[in-house]
Amino acid sequence: MWRGTFGAAQAERLLWRAGFGPRPREAQKLARLGLEGAVHKLTHPAREHLVGPRPHDENGRPLAPFDAWGHDHVWWLDRMVRTSRPLVERMTLIWHDWFATSNNGVGSQRLMLNQNQLFRRHGLGSFHDLLLDVTEDPAMLLWLNGSDNSKDSPNENYAREMMELFTLGADRGYTEGDVRQQARALTGFRNSWSQNSGPVNFRYDPQSHDPGVKTIFHHRGRFTWKDSCRLCVTHPDHPSFFVRKLWSYFIPEAPDHATQRALERLYKSSKYEVRPVVAAILRHPALYKGPRLVKPPVVYNAGLLRRIRRGIDTTAWTWLGSMAGQQLFYPPNVAGWDDTRWLDTATWRGRWWIAQYVLDRQALDPDRAYQPYDAGKLLDHACRFWHNPPLGRDTHHALHTFAHRALGDAKGASWKREQYPVMVQNALRQLIAVSPELQAA
Amino acid sequence: MTRPCNHCDGLSRSRLLHRALAEAGSGLPAIEPGMPLPAGTGLTRRHFLAKSVGAAVAVYGGSLLGLRAFEEGIAAAASGPAAPILVSIFLEGGADGLSVLSPQGDPLYKKLRPQLALAGGTQFAEDNRLYWHPALGGLQQLYSEKKVTVLPAVGYTHADQSHFTSRHYWEVGATAATLRTGWLGRYLDRVGKKDNPLQGLSLDDTLAPALATSKVPVASISGPDQYDFYSKRVWGEVEQRMLETIGLMGHQPADAGLRTAGNVAAQVDRLRRQLIPFQSSNGISGPVQYPQSNDPFPQRLAGLAAMLAAGLPLHCVALTAPGEYDTHADEPTALTQGLQLTSDSVLAFQRDLEARGLADRVLVHIWSEFGRRAAENGDSGTDHGAAGVGFLVGTRVTGKMVGEFPGLQKGLDGDGNVSATSDFRGVYASLLEQWFGVDAAAVLPKAASFTRPKLVA
Repeated sequence: MWRGTFGAAQAERLLWRAGFGPRPREAQKLARLGLEGAVHKLTHPAREHLVGPRPHDENGRPLAPFDAWGHDHVWWLDRMVRTSRPLVERMTLIWHDWFATSNNGVGSQRLMLNQNQLFRRHGLGSFHDLLLDVTEDPAMLLWLNGSDNSKDSPNENYAREMMELFTLGADRGYTEGDVRQQARALTGFRNSWSQNSGPVNFRYDPQSHDPGVKTIFHHRGRFTWKDSCRLCVTHPDHPSFFVRKLWSYFIPEAPDHATQRALERLYKSSKYEVRPVVAAILRHPALYKGPRLVKPPVVYNAGLLRRIRRGIDTTAWTWLGSMAGQQLFYPPNVAGWDDTRWLDTATWRGRWWIAQYVLDRQALDPDRAYQPYDAGKLLDHACRFWHNPPLGRDTHHALHTFAHRALGDAKGASWKREQYPVMVQNALRQLIAVSPELQAA
Repeated sequence: MTRPCNHCDGLSRSRLLHRALAEAGSGLPAIEPGMPLPAGTGLTRRHFLAKSVGAAVAVYGGSLLGLRAFEEGIAAAASGPAAPILVSIFLEGGADGLSVLSPQGDPLYKKLRPQLALAGGTQFAEDNRLYWHPALGGLQQLYSEKKVTVLPAVGYTHADQSHFTSRHYWEVGATAATLRTGWLGRYLDRVGKKDNPLQGLSLDDTLAPALATSKVPVASISGPDQYDFYSKRVWGEVEQRMLETIGLMGHQPADAGLRTAGNVAAQVDRLRRQLIPFQSSNGISGPVQYPQSNDPFPQRLAGLAAMLAAGLPLHCVALTAPGEYDTHADEPTALTQGLQLTSDSVLAFQRDLEARGLADRVLVHIWSEFGRRAAENGDSGTDHGAAGVGFLVGTRVTGKMVGEFPGLQKGLDGDGNVSATSDFRGVYASLLEQWFGVDAAAVLPKAASFTRPKLVA
C-alpha cells in the first residue's frame, strides 16, 4: 500500500490508470478522499449516470451503433467520456483486450455491443462468471468457432485460446491432449444462418455435445463446457497468469515476487473476484512511484475530451482511433492489442490528429481574437486551457522557447504583433496535447 | 450449418487483419481467427500464436532509441556506400497468370476459357505459345530492352489456396506457418542498422509483413507526401516553429514512459524533416511524367525515386500494386485496369531512375500470392489457383525467362491449377546472393534445397 502523499498529482495518475483521466478539478476532489477513500470510490461506484451532452454525429443525428460503420467506436467512446463509473468502463476496455474479439470475424455490430455489455456487467465481478458468460457469448462463439465445434467435427479454436490467452498462458500447465479434450467438453453450441440477418438462434444443443468421458488436466469425467471453464479457473497455474496480466494493464513494470504472490493469494481467497485484486493494484506503491504508462489511444482521446468537457459530436474519432492504432471492436487478433507498443511514428501522428480534432472548434481566429504579446502569459493561458496538466521542465522550456521565438518573428510588422500571439496560442494548445506528459500518465 | 464461404470475403478480411496489425505495430499477424485451417498443411493456430514474437518484433521499432543515436544513424547510413535496392510490388489477391501471359498457342486454352480467352496481342518472344496482356505495354517495352525477366509459372508445390496462408508463405520466404519475420526483414536484421528505420520502408498505410524484422527498426509511410501535420489557424513562420518544437519536448527525461513518448516524438520530427522535400505542397518534381490516377501507387513510385535521388538510406522497399486481382467475377475489366496502371507506373519509375542515374542500383520484383484456376468459373471469373506469373525489372536483370510455361495439357496439377516451374524461394535465394551479395542460407530456411536461377547479369 502506498504510504506517500496522495495529492492531486497522485489522484490524477490514479484517474488515468483506473479510468480516462480527470475532468476539470476532479483530481483535486478525489485527492481529498485520501488513497483508501479514492480507491474505494472507484471500485465501489454508485449507479452509473452519464454526465454531459448526449452524443450525436456530425449532422446532429443520434448514433446508430448497431448499424452504422464506426458508430460502435464512438458510442463506446461516449461512455468513456460521460461515465460516472470510470473504472468499470476501463475494466470493460481491459476485458475487450483480454478476450479480444474482432468484428472482422464476427460481422455484427449488434453482437459485438452485446458482448461489450457483458464485459461491462462483469467489470469488477467474478472472473469465473465472466469466463462462463464469454464462453457462450454469440460474438465469441462466432469469432473462435465455438458454434462450429460439434461432437462429429470438433474445432479446437476456442479450447486452445481459452487456456493460452484467457486463463493459463502459452505452454503453461496444459498439453496438446488437454486442448483436444477441452474441445470435446466445449461441444454443443450451435447457431443457424439466416439469409437476411446472418448468424441467428445461438443455442446449446445436447445432440451436438460429446457426452463421453474426457481427461483434462489429469481429471476424468463427462465434462461439459461449464466444467471446462471451472477447470481452467481452478487450475493451479491460473492465479499467477491472471495477476500478471491484470497488473500489466495498470502498471508498466512487472510486480515483484512478494507482491505477485500476495495478489495470487488474495485472488484465490476471494474466490476469483476481480474487484479486490484491482483495488490492491490501485493502492500499490508501484503505481505511484513507478514510471508512467503510455495511454492507450482511446484513453488518450477520451481524456482530452473529458478535460475540455466536450461530448461526442463527430464520428471522426473512429478513423482517428484507427490511425492512432486502436479502433474499438477491431483488435488486431485474438491476442488483443500490444499494450507495450502504442507509440511509433505512424500512431504518434494519429494522436496529433486526434488532438487537432479535439481543438479545431476552439481554434482562435487571428483576425478577431486577442492574445497577449508575451510568451510567458501565452504559455500560462494554454496550460490553463488544458487545466494545468503537469508539464516537465524540458517541455515547459521547449514551449516557452517556441513562443518566445515566434513572437520575435513578429517584431517587424504590427499585423504580425496582433496575429502571431493568437496563432502561438493555438499552436501551444496543440503542442501541449501531444507532449510526452499528456501521452503517458 | 457452417458459415457461408466466400473467397473475396476471405481476402478482405485478410487485408483488414494485416492493416490492423501494422497499425498496432505488433509484428506479423497470427493466422486469421475464424478462418478454416488450410487443408493439408498441418497448420494449427497454435503454432502462430505460441511462437509469436509480437513483443520482440520491431515493426516500426526504435522506440527505445535516443534522438542522437537515431540522427547519427540516418546520417551515417546516408553517407555510407550506396546499397543495392530491392523494390517489392505485390499484386494482392492472386493475379491470373493465364491472362497476364495468355497461352493462346496452347490448344486447351480456349476450351478451359470459353468466355475469358484473350485473342491477339503481342507474342512473348521466349515462348511463342504465350501473348502479353494488352494492358502490359509498359512491361513489354522494358522487356524488349532486356530489362524484364519473366517467370511464367512461379510458385511452390502443393500451393495453398488461402490468400492469407499463401501470402504469408511468400512474405516469410518459406512454406512455414511459424515464421514471424519477413524474408526481407531477416535480411535487414543481418545487414541493417539499429538506428536507420528507413532501411526497410513500406510505402503503404501499414508495414508490409515481408519487411517485419526482429532486431532493427523499419518504417511504414503511406507515401512520402503523406506525413503531414496540421493545426488549424496556425500557419507560416509560426507553423514552422511549432513543427520544429515537436521533437524538443520531454527531451531525455528520467521516466521510462516519458522517455518512450519523447523518443517517438523525436523520431516523428526526424522523419517529418526528411520527408519535407516530398510533401505534395512542395510537389515531387522529377524528370518523368507518371500516370495520373486517384490511386496513390504512381505517386508513391515517383516519391520513391525522389527519395532515392535525395540519398535517403533506403534498402528494401515494399508497395502494394493498384487493382483488384481476386477476380472471381468480371475478370476482364478489373484485371485490365490493375495491370495497366501497375505496368505504366513501373515503366515511368524505370525511366525516372534511368534519368536520375540510379537505375543500376534498383531491382523491382513483382509477385502475387498465387495464380488462378486454369478453367474459368461461370461468372466471367476464375478461382484460386497455384503457380502464377512474376517479373523482375531493372537494368541489371538477365532478361531471360526463368522456368517455363508448363502447358495446359501436362502442366496442370490434380486440381486443375498451373504447376510451378520455378520456386519463389529459389528466386529469393538468388536475389539475396546475386543482388544483395549475402549467403541465402543465413536468411532462408532450407536455402540449400532450392535451385537458384541466374537473375542478375
